[in-house]
Amino acid sequence: MKPRLTRRLIVHAIGLLVLAVFPYLAEMAGEPYFTTIASRVLIYAIAAVSLDLILGFGGMVSFGHGAFFGIGGFAVGILTHHALESSAVPFLPGDWTGSTLALVQFPVAIAAAGLAGLVIGALSLRTRGVYFIMITLAFAQMLYYLMISLPTYGGEDGLNLWQRSDMPGLDLYDDVTFYYLVAGILLALVYLCSRIVNSRFGMVLQACRQNEQRLEALGIPTYRYKLAAFTLSAMGAGLAGALIANHNEFVGPGMMHWTRSGELMIMVILGGMGTLIGPIFGAVTLLFIEEILAQYTEHWMVILGPVLIFVVLFAKRGVYGWLAGRGKHDD
Amino acid sequence: MTTDPILDVRSLCKSFGSLRASDDLSFTVERGEIHALIGPNGAGKTTAIGQLSGEIQSDSGHVVFDGRDISTFKTFRRARLGLQRSYQVTSLFPDFSAIDNLSIALQAHEPHNFRFWKPARKDAMLRDRARDALVRSGLGDKLETPAKNLAHGEQRQLELSMALATEPTMLLLDEPMAGMGRNEGQQVMELIRGLRGEVSILLVEHDMDIVFALADTVTVLVKGSVMASGTPDEIRANPDVRRAYLGDED
Repeated sequence: MKPRLTRRLIVHAIGLLVLAVFPYLAEMAGEPYFTTIASRVLIYAIAAVSLDLILGFGGMVSFGHGAFFGIGGFAVGILTHHALESSAVPFLPGDWTGSTLALVQFPVAIAAAGLAGLVIGALSLRTRGVYFIMITLAFAQMLYYLMISLPTYGGEDGLNLWQRSDMPGLDLYDDVTFYYLVAGILLALVYLCSRIVNSRFGMVLQACRQNEQRLEALGIPTYRYKLAAFTLSAMGAGLAGALIANHNEFVGPGMMHWTRSGELMIMVILGGMGTLIGPIFGAVTLLFIEEILAQYTEHWMVILGPVLIFVVLFAKRGVYGWLAGRGKHDD
Repeated sequence: MTTDPILDVRSLCKSFGSLRASDDLSFTVERGEIHALIGPNGAGKTTAIGQLSGEIQSDSGHVVFDGRDISTFKTFRRARLGLQRSYQVTSLFPDFSAIDNLSIALQAHEPHNFRFWKPARKDAMLRDRARDALVRSGLGDKLETPAKNLAHGEQRQLELSMALATEPTMLLLDEPMAGMGRNEGQQVMELIRGLRGEVSILLVEHDMDIVFALADTVTVLVKGSVMASGTPDEIRANPDVRRAYLGDED
């Protein structure tokens, strides 16, 4: 098929272009600090796209994704902490003293979040609807209080890392380099997810959202597919957590707080559930609204609330759907 | 009576509160036959289908399918063994197109679907077979129409094609012609007749003309248990059935 010049294509092209040249725009505007803000937005976008995999495509309303975000962050934080102190990482065999290498930290962060996703998902997915929402929330809050109660890792105050991960060949302290790393990861993730949602696995996942009972009656054991998707989604959130730990050079239990999980959900809904590009627009919109409105009033949520209600009621496919129109098959 | 039935239902019970939807329900379906399950409203026909498919958990009793006791099997396992059902109220994947719906049914027949990379909609193996099946069931020009936008009769047709796509040994059909026009109903009737001998069928149906035209055996359900079972002629002649159900005037 020849690519036609659709609204969707134009939106994608402009989005990609802005993504590619943003640091230069910020430089030209004399506000290089904008690049740092943009990195933060894109990191949240990574978490939101991951969440959308199960929320938008699989119909699983996880209210605990902050937990995986936090686990990814703390994985980086804890490994850095022990590496700087040259002390052994607890609960692991041997005296491994952690690492500050990104190529070690990021995979550990993803694996840790994935493992947590597997366990939490295995238990939560036995429930449905409101119960599923509540149980994912409960698990996230449990982890939140667990981290608060660990003074070794800063407890309530969180953990200062004093540094970013070491990546041979890349200077992550350079804000522009860091921006492009994050943008690259985001694009890779969107591509990966677009393959997944259109694969056989993805078709099963989408069918789960529409009519799970029928899928079981056809002979597909939906539980395993949902669990696999839940785990993948947790891994994506874990990666985002590892990145935000680098971005802030700090990790704290706040990353796991339920308000954070809520924010991720708002990004997905605001941007457009069940589209992979939507959550990126959602992250941009939410954090932009926050940034701007917070300058005028600390009660900026008073304005966000009605906006969200409006989106849920009138623009089911969110900001992205409003910009790009209806797609036949979403990718 | 032959000794090797495809389905042997033994003393199934199910209560919803004080309502006994299935009350010591027992009957057998022979291989390859079309077995009709009839009874007045609330006799427990749909409950029985749900118990056989595994979607409703029985309080007690056994279901033996193809020589295996499947009483404790979950729905998907029963389906994978070849026991498929269709629903009285159309049950499809509404946002998927007709061909997507059929492809998913074909996917259900695969050993597993943990394939994350290749686009399923470009999988010729899946798509060609799905297209063929839809063309055969008269939906050839509606391939890309979302299931929710299909006419009611077309949805019923699609639902039946999906159940058949999994190559079942036995079909549990819960009023497959409900809400269909005369012509469409006739088509489905022919389809079911064509399956005789290949696929064993348990058919829940209200329309007595259809039942007596199609069925090899008829079982009459009243208040959750079997009142009578036999050939259509026997059932027609049975005085109890006539009084209780067929609305005999005398």
